[in-house]
Amino acid sequence: MARKPETDAATGVATTGHEWDGIRELDTPMPSWWLYTFYATIAFALAWVVLYPALPFVRGVLGADTRRQLAETMATERAKAEPILARLRAATPEAIAADPELRTHALAGGRIAFATSCAGCHGAGGQGAPGGFPSLADDDWIYGGSFDDIRTTISHGVRNGEDAEARGTAMPAFAQAGLTMAQIGDVAEHVLSLSGTGPANAAGATLFAENCAACHGDRGEGNRQVGAPRLDDRIWLYGGDKASVTRTIAYSRAGVMPAWQGRLDPAVINMLTVYVHALGGGEQ
Amino acid sequence: MPDIGPAPASLYAAHRKIYPRAVQGRVRRVKWAVLTVLLGLYYLVPWLRWDRGPGAPDQAVLVDMAHARLFFFWIELWPQEVYFLTGLLILGAIGLFAATSLFGRVWCGFTCPQTVWTDLFMWVERRIEGDRNARMKRDAGPPSRDRTLRRIAKHAAWLGIAAATGGAWIMYFQDAPTLLLHPGRISLQTWFFFALFTTTTYVLAGFAREQVCTYMCPWPRFQGAMLDQDSLVVTYRDWRGEPRGKPRDAGTGDCADCSACVQVCPTGVDIREGQQLGCIGCGLCIDACDDIMRKLHRPEGLIGFETLANLAASEAAAAELEPGPARHAAGMAARRPLRLLRPRTLMYGGVLAVVAAVMLGALLLRESLSLTVLPERAPPFVRLSDGGVRNAYVLKLADKSREGGRYLLALEGPPGLRLLVQDAPTDAAGRPLLPVRGDGVASFRALVTAPPALRLTEHQPIRFRLLDAAGRPLAEAGSVFLGPQQ
Repeated sequence: MARKPETDAATGVATTGHEWDGIRELDTPMPSWWLYTFYATIAFALAWVVLYPALPFVRGVLGADTRRQLAETMATERAKAEPILARLRAATPEAIAADPELRTHALAGGRIAFATSCAGCHGAGGQGAPGGFPSLADDDWIYGGSFDDIRTTISHGVRNGEDAEARGTAMPAFAQAGLTMAQIGDVAEHVLSLSGTGPANAAGATLFAENCAACHGDRGEGNRQVGAPRLDDRIWLYGGDKASVTRTIAYSRAGVMPAWQGRLDPAVINMLTVYVHALGGGEQ
Repeated sequence: MPDIGPAPASLYAAHRKIYPRAVQGRVRRVKWAVLTVLLGLYYLVPWLRWDRGPGAPDQAVLVDMAHARLFFFWIELWPQEVYFLTGLLILGAIGLFAATSLFGRVWCGFTCPQTVWTDLFMWVERRIEGDRNARMKRDAGPPSRDRTLRRIAKHAAWLGIAAATGGAWIMYFQDAPTLLLHPGRISLQTWFFFALFTTTTYVLAGFAREQVCTYMCPWPRFQGAMLDQDSLVVTYRDWRGEPRGKPRDAGTGDCADCSACVQVCPTGVDIREGQQLGCIGCGLCIDACDDIMRKLHRPEGLIGFETLANLAASEAAAAELEPGPARHAAGMAARRPLRLLRPRTLMYGGVLAVVAAVMLGALLLRESLSLTVLPERAPPFVRLSDGGVRNAYVLKLADKSREGGRYLLALEGPPGLRLLVQDAPTDAAGRPLLPVRGDGVASFRALVTAPPALRLTEHQPIRFRLLDAAGRPLAEAGSVFLGPQQ
C-alpha cells in the first residue's frame, strides 16, 4: 500500500481509505470478545465433527446414533407401561370397566388402538360405513354387545378363513338356491314390513317362513348365535331400500373381519373391548 | 448545491466512565426510602405465607408453572384467566402515563429497577472503593495491590447481590423455603433462570448503568408524548443562575459554576443545558446544588422540580433585572400553582379508573365453576334400532374452588330428549350428579337420545346446566343436537 493510512478525527480510528460520495468507512477492529467467540465456534465445530456424525459414513468418536436412542427410548417407555399392561392383560374386560384406574387406561389406550387397527373400516368414532362395516356406536349388534361377545368378535374376527373360531355363517344366495327373482322381491317386501317400513306381502311371508325364519327368526328378530342380523329394526348393514334388500337375498352378503388374536397384545384386545363397549351401545 | 447549513458535529461519542459523587439531601433521602421499600418487597414477598388448606401451596405470591396456577394471596388464577395479568399490565402502563404527565420522569428517577439496582451497586462501590475523587484517582493511577483487592471485594459484593436477585426471582415460581433448603433438587431450567437474572443484574447494574437509559431503553424516546408545559421536571432555573461565575465577581448570577450538579449525576449529564434524553429525573443535582446554595447563603432551589410553564413565566418576569435578590423575588413571584387537573391528566385518570373498575368487576364476578360442552363429531349422530337418534357430548367441568362438589346436570331442549351421562352417579330422582374434585377438571361423556316419535330438525339448539342441590343454576353451556335430514 502506497497510501498512508488516514485517521478519522472524531474517533481516532483509521479509515479503510475508500471513499464513496464523501463517505469514508472506519476500519474499526472487531471487539476482542467477538473475535474470541468466533474462534470458539470454530473450535466447537471441529470438536463436533470428531465426536458426532457430521460427515457421510462417519459415525464420530462417541458413536452417537439417533436410531438406537429412539429404540432405547421406546424400550424404556414400554417397560414403564408394562405393569399396567400386565394388569390389563390379566383382568377381564368387565373387571377393567369396573375399576376406575384400569378403565381410564383402557379408554385412552383403546382409543389409540382403535384408530390404528379398527377405524379403517369402522370409522373414527365407530360409526361404521355403508357396504357392510357395522356401526359400533349404535344399539344393534350382530354377534352381541356384551364384554365377552365383543372380545370374542375382536379376537377371532368374522368369516376370515384363518381362525377356526371366527364368527359368521354363510347365507345362501337365493337366486341360485331355488327362488325366482319375483319370489325374492316378495320376500324383500315382507322383510321391509317387519320393521314397519313397507306394506305386508303374504307370499313373501310364506317364503320367509320356509327359507329365512330358521336363522332370522319368525318375526325377523335375528339370531346372534349364527350372526343372523335383526330384520325388524331400522338399522341396515347393506341398505334398507327394496333394491338393496332384494340384492342381499338374491346374491347373499358376507362381510369379513380379521382375527386380532395373535396380532395384538391381549391387553390391547381388552382395552379395545372396553373402548368399543363404551362407544354407546355396550350391553351387560 | 443547496445550502444545508454547517456540517453537524460528530454524532459519534466514545463511552466515558461516569464516577457519580455521593450526595445528601431531601431527594436522596426519598430515594433511599423508595429503594428500601422496593427491594424489601422484591426480596421478601416470596417468603410470605398464605394458608390455602392441605394439598395447596402456602406461598402468598407464586406463579406455579408446573401446575398452571397463579397464586396471589386470596386470588387464584387459571391459565385461561391470563387476561387479569393483561389488565394489570394495562393498568401499569396507564398509571405510568399518568404519573409521567403529572411529575415527569419519576418512574425513571425513583422506581425503575435499573435505577434502583444501579443505586444499590453504586452504594456498594462507594463503601469499598471510596467516593468519586478516590475512585478516579485510583483508576488513573498505577496498578496496586490495594486497587486489586478493592476491585475483587467490589465484584464479589456485586455478584452476591446479583445472586440474591436471581435467587429471589426463581422463588416467585417455586416454593421459596424448598428452593433454599434443597438446592440439590433444583432443575437445570431453574438454574438457567437463576443464572440469567444473576448475570443481567450484575451486568446492567454494575457496568451498563446509564447506557441502559440512554441507548437501550425505549421509554425515554416516547415519554415526551406524555409531558407538557405543566408537567414537573427537574430544571435548572437559568433566569436566576445566569450568567455563571465566581460568587465574588460582580454581575454574576446564582450559579457558581461549581459543577456539583454534574458530578453527582448518575447519567453524567449537565442539567444546566436544559431538558435532555440523558436526564432520568432523579433529582440528585437538586440536593447537590441546594447544598452549595446553603454554603453561599443564597436561597435553595436553583435547580428544582419545576414546570416548563413556570420556568417561562419566571424568565419573562426576571428578564430585565440585574442578578440579585430582587431578580430572584420577581422570578419566583411569577410562578403559578401546579395545575394537576388538565385535560391530559383527567383523560389518563379516567381511563385508569375505567380499566380498574372493569378488572375489579371481573374479579368479583369470577365464576368458580365452569362448564364446557364439546359435541362429538365422529359420528355427528347415531341412528338407533328403533329409529331414534343419539348424539354424544364431552362435558368438561372446571371447579376452581378448593372444596370441589357434586353438581346436578340438567338438559334444556325439546321435551322428550333423554339425557344419560356415562359412569356418573345419579341422585334419588335419577338425574346425573357429576362429581368434581376441588381445583380440578372433570370430563364426562353424555349421551342425548331423541326417541323416534320426536321428529326434530337436523340442527336443534340445546343447553346443559349445572345446578346446585337447591336447583339454582351455577354454570351453563350451549350446544346443538344433530339429526338426519328430514
